[in-house]
Amino acid sequence: MAILINPDGTRHWRLLTPGQQRWRWAGWLALVALTVFCWRIMTADTIWAFVTDAPRQAQDIFGRMLPPRWIYINQLWQAIWDTINIATLGTLIAIVLATPLAFLAARNTTPSVLFIRPVALFIIVASRSINALIWGLLLVAVLGPGVLAGIIAIALRSIGFIGKLLYEAIEEIDETQVEAIRATGASQAQVMGYGIWPQILPAFATISVFRWDINIRESTVLGLVGAGGLGLALEGALNTLAWPQVSLILLIILVTVVISEWITAKVRKVII
Amino acid sequence: MTATTGPARIWKRPRLVEQTWLRWAIILAVLLYLGLAFGSIDVNWTRVSEGLVRAARLFSGFLQPDFTSRWGDIQQGLIESLTMTVCATVFGLVLALPIGLGAARNIAPLWLYGLCRAIIALARAFQEIIVAILFVAMFGFGTFAGFLTLSVSTIGFLSKLIADDIEEIDPAQVEAIRATGGGFWQVMDYAVASQVMPRFVGLTAYKVDINFRESSVIGIVGAGGIGATLNTALDRYEFDSAAAILLIIIGIVMLCEYASGWIRKAMA
Repeated sequence: MAILINPDGTRHWRLLTPGQQRWRWAGWLALVALTVFCWRIMTADTIWAFVTDAPRQAQDIFGRMLPPRWIYINQLWQAIWDTINIATLGTLIAIVLATPLAFLAARNTTPSVLFIRPVALFIIVASRSINALIWGLLLVAVLGPGVLAGIIAIALRSIGFIGKLLYEAIEEIDETQVEAIRATGASQAQVMGYGIWPQILPAFATISVFRWDINIRESTVLGLVGAGGLGLALEGALNTLAWPQVSLILLIILVTVVISEWITAKVRKVII
Repeated sequence: MTATTGPARIWKRPRLVEQTWLRWAIILAVLLYLGLAFGSIDVNWTRVSEGLVRAARLFSGFLQPDFTSRWGDIQQGLIESLTMTVCATVFGLVLALPIGLGAARNIAPLWLYGLCRAIIALARAFQEIIVAILFVAMFGFGTFAGFLTLSVSTIGFLSKLIADDIEEIDPAQVEAIRATGGGFWQVMDYAVASQVMPRFVGLTAYKVDINFRESSVIGIVGAGGIGATLNTALDRYEFDSAAAILLIIIGIVMLCEYASGWIRKAMA
């Protein structure tokens, strides 16, 4: 904030000093220049005929999509079951692996701040920075297409997510309770069980359910890279240009996601 | 005296579910589900054992990533991903601002609120990859479809969070500016923007980070970027090139994450 004093002595209030304002304009200018520059590089290879043609294409595709081929749902039950399994089992495996990892990564519970904590943090970061679809791509190349690759892909991606949120929750616990349990002569395991665990239990449950909800979304598309579930059916329908089937699958994905969101909201309300 | 004291009392921690029958029913149901779910996983063990050889090659690829032999492709993919990220974030931001303002109940009339919330719900309905499939079908292969996909997801993400933020602002400041005779734009600038700006900049930085991650994925369905390069490398079983690409992605993602974390901390 700045107050300018005019030549005639009146004071004028303004939000920014002229210097700040110049910097801000320079920043905006740089941003616009960068955007234009990126735009030119990005669209260098774009075929504009396809772009101007898009509304007609869209009309064509949506025309073909409607109405969905409802009867096709009888072939999708297996895929729906697989999708739910990929998400649920993947989340469970991730929880089992991420919980000890979080205890190793949290500053107040790690056995060694110097050696073990950085390793645990690195595992968390590496798992988080690769998308579930890329994990799926790698695992399908290794394990072959199927549900197993999907489950492991979901698990590998979720370890970092659950691990990060959980270790942050562990670092925020109330130390006095831990102290109190320790003062009764409890062993390390009892301190964990009675001092730390009850404090992070609500966070643990919310994080797990939250990640399960995300995983349901991701598992619906994992099949695009061959990792089983609804995505596999979508891939098949797209490759054969069976648009009425595509629209039915998209509808099912939407319904699945809405139901999982509803379950998540219910569970969170019970926990909190 | 000793006769009055009963057997030693043992404290047990309260159970999560109080009723015994309900507890056992839940445990049984979970076990039944797990049995069915694991039973339905169909694993081809010969294929897996073949795959382990490939896993070893992939792993050794990570130890000796090959940056050079496909460097041209990698560079092209990276440039596409980065330009896509910048353009989509800026474009999405420009559209998300008015939509976000319109979707805040405390400054928008009801009809506009409903319209903007509907747009937000639509933009958030499907994952990026499905949107990308549709856009690739409409606009053809390449970065333009990817750019549109990321723009849609940016609109959904930013306008929802902007709207939620604006709904939570302190109405006293709006009142104060309005009391001095400030018009609509002055109220926006001095009362609304000044309250939501720090969080808003932080969210945008976060979205840049997310957009780059997504841009590395949507290439799998033909929307350009580094994901396409990665997909090609894996299809050709060139695991050392794929490892190089993955390492670059991890590096840039970590860089983006630290930068956006730093910006959020600086703005807060």
